[in-house]
Amino acid sequence: MPAWLTRQQALIDFTLASLARRKLKNLGLLLVYTLIVFLLASVMLFGHALRREAAAVLKDSPEVIIQRMVAGRHDLIPPGYLDRLGHIRGVQSQQGRLWGYYYDPVVKANYTVMVPGPDAASPVATGRVVVGAAMARARGLAPGNLISLRAYSGRLFSFTVADVLDHDSELVSADLVLMTEADFRAFFEITAGHYTDIVLSVANPQEVRNVAAKISAALPDSRPILRDEVLRTYESVFNWREGIVLVLLAGALLAFAIFAWEKASGLSAEEKREIGILKAIGWETGDVLKMKFWEGALVSLTAFLLGYVAAYLHVFHFASALFEPVLKGWAVLYPRFELTPAVDGLQVATLFFFTVFPYTVATTVPIWRAAITDPDAAMRG
Amino acid sequence: MIELLNVRKAYNQGRSNEFWALDGIDLVVERGRMTAFRGPSGSGKTTLLTLVGCLARPTSGRVRLDGRDISGLPERFLTQIRRRTFGFVFQQFNLIQGLSARDNIMLPAYPLGGDGRALRERAEELLVALRLGHRGDARVEWLSGGEQQRVAIARALINDPEVVIADEPTANLDSALAREFLAIVEGLKDQGKTILLSSHDPLVTEAGMVDRVHSLRDGRLVTAG
Ligand SMILES: Nc1ncnc2c1ncn2[C@@H]1O[C@H](COP(=O)(O)OP(=O)(O)O)[C@@H](O)[C@H]1O
Ligand SMILES: [Mg+2]
Repeated sequence: MPAWLTRQQALIDFTLASLARRKLKNLGLLLVYTLIVFLLASVMLFGHALRREAAAVLKDSPEVIIQRMVAGRHDLIPPGYLDRLGHIRGVQSQQGRLWGYYYDPVVKANYTVMVPGPDAASPVATGRVVVGAAMARARGLAPGNLISLRAYSGRLFSFTVADVLDHDSELVSADLVLMTEADFRAFFEITAGHYTDIVLSVANPQEVRNVAAKISAALPDSRPILRDEVLRTYESVFNWREGIVLVLLAGALLAFAIFAWEKASGLSAEEKREIGILKAIGWETGDVLKMKFWEGALVSLTAFLLGYVAAYLHVFHFASALFEPVLKGWAVLYPRFELTPAVDGLQVATLFFFTVFPYTVATTVPIWRAAITDPDAAMRG
Repeated sequence: MIELLNVRKAYNQGRSNEFWALDGIDLVVERGRMTAFRGPSGSGKTTLLTLVGCLARPTSGRVRLDGRDISGLPERFLTQIRRRTFGFVFQQFNLIQGLSARDNIMLPAYPLGGDGRALRERAEELLVALRLGHRGDARVEWLSGGEQQRVAIARALINDPEVVIADEPTANLDSALAREFLAIVEGLKDQGKTILLSSHDPLVTEAGMVDRVHSLRDGRLVTAG
């Protein structure tokens, strides 16, 4: 082994022996530190994975959605609109969609009721529904069961559960109920020709904005929603939620920084004496600094690794149990979905830089003053 | 061989409390000999040992180690010379509390980066040689005064220095332990090491194995005995 390596090893050995002397204090410090890394890393991992998930889902969503606005509110699309859209240049295909929300007083939750598109993966038959996993859980449903829903009109409808959607992207499908167009129209009393909204595909993706402008001109009461804009909105919603949590954590981090600085810079007389002894018996200023560097690095690296691994397990194996109420919650039926593990290198680097680096500096820098004392001080008790 | 030529050392130089702790010392310390410095408290014994042992630099004058002038070297080089050439036994022992006797003994070797296993073996030999074989894992603050001093001696020897410097080594020991200390350093002298002591304890300065005694008073050598 090269000399510098055995030197570092010896310094680390000594540092460990030295840390072990104040076991309780150093373990407490490690614990607080690990907790902070854990929280920060959880937020980062969660936000990152969630954003990826949402982006993946939205990728498959239509390029343009047309809604009709009446008095500033979303209203049904009246008959005739589909045809008129078909005549606008650049529109490749257009299709009316039917969907709505249904409040289920039994479980006090909202479902999203939808008619699957013509090329949907899970077609349904009349009198049957396909339900999301969260809803199936809430109502204790399995394929073949009957479910009764009282429509807003007061009429009671019964459906057979044909299937339960799998967990693939539960975030989106958790509260879903799929039924046929005829069932949907009967259930919500929407007459033929009316739609909730219209989805379009555009021949040339570069032209999306032009097409949207033409639609606005042709149908002034319509509002085209572009997928890119939705993506951006999601992005900002996630950022906002994440931001709140990060602000809270920044407070905790600041408190920790003060605590660490205090601990590290408040060199005790005992530590000063020890540094004097080390210098007298042949340690250079640099050796003392390296030893203190290792002290800071060992504590903060351990905390970083423990905290990060714990956060990874928390987010990807325990479904972010601690954050559920804050970071999700646009669906009342809470999706219990498994995020696909995803780690962003830049995020890891950022977190590393903001946790390991300051602590190591905080432990090393104050030593400088003590480490440059004259070695002969040790000769005088 | 260590030579001091007209060495002077001032504390707080240029300030109102300027104090010349050493005032013109000319001295030759021969290799393989045991040399003792005696004198009243405040006469400059400790200061002299710090200069000889490269712990500090003289304010003026020269310190030569084997003919090489080391008085003007920067601290880094002094440190390197110090840890290879000198082993120190401090008056207060200056062990690091909370660490085991073994860890304390190995401390001066860490910056040298030698082989870890060889180092541990050497520490073990020293523990045994100094009758500390059973105390290696004990924290130093649990040891008796005599044991603590033997740990301090072992630590001074870990890098196998040519010169061992002990400042007032018997000040905290009773007569029996003081005699034991002298027996240990006599053994070191027999191994060819140069020994430098400061003491105002006649038990030390009048011991048979001391080759030379220098008396200090007010920072000057008064007699050569
Ligand atoms: N760091 C220092 N600053 C100021 N005065 C000092 C310092 N160290 C020693 N002295 C003074 O130098 C003189 C010699 O001290 P020292 O070498 O310790 O003598 P001895 O070891 O013989 O008792 C004493 O008067 C002491 O007060
Ligand atoms: Mg003294």
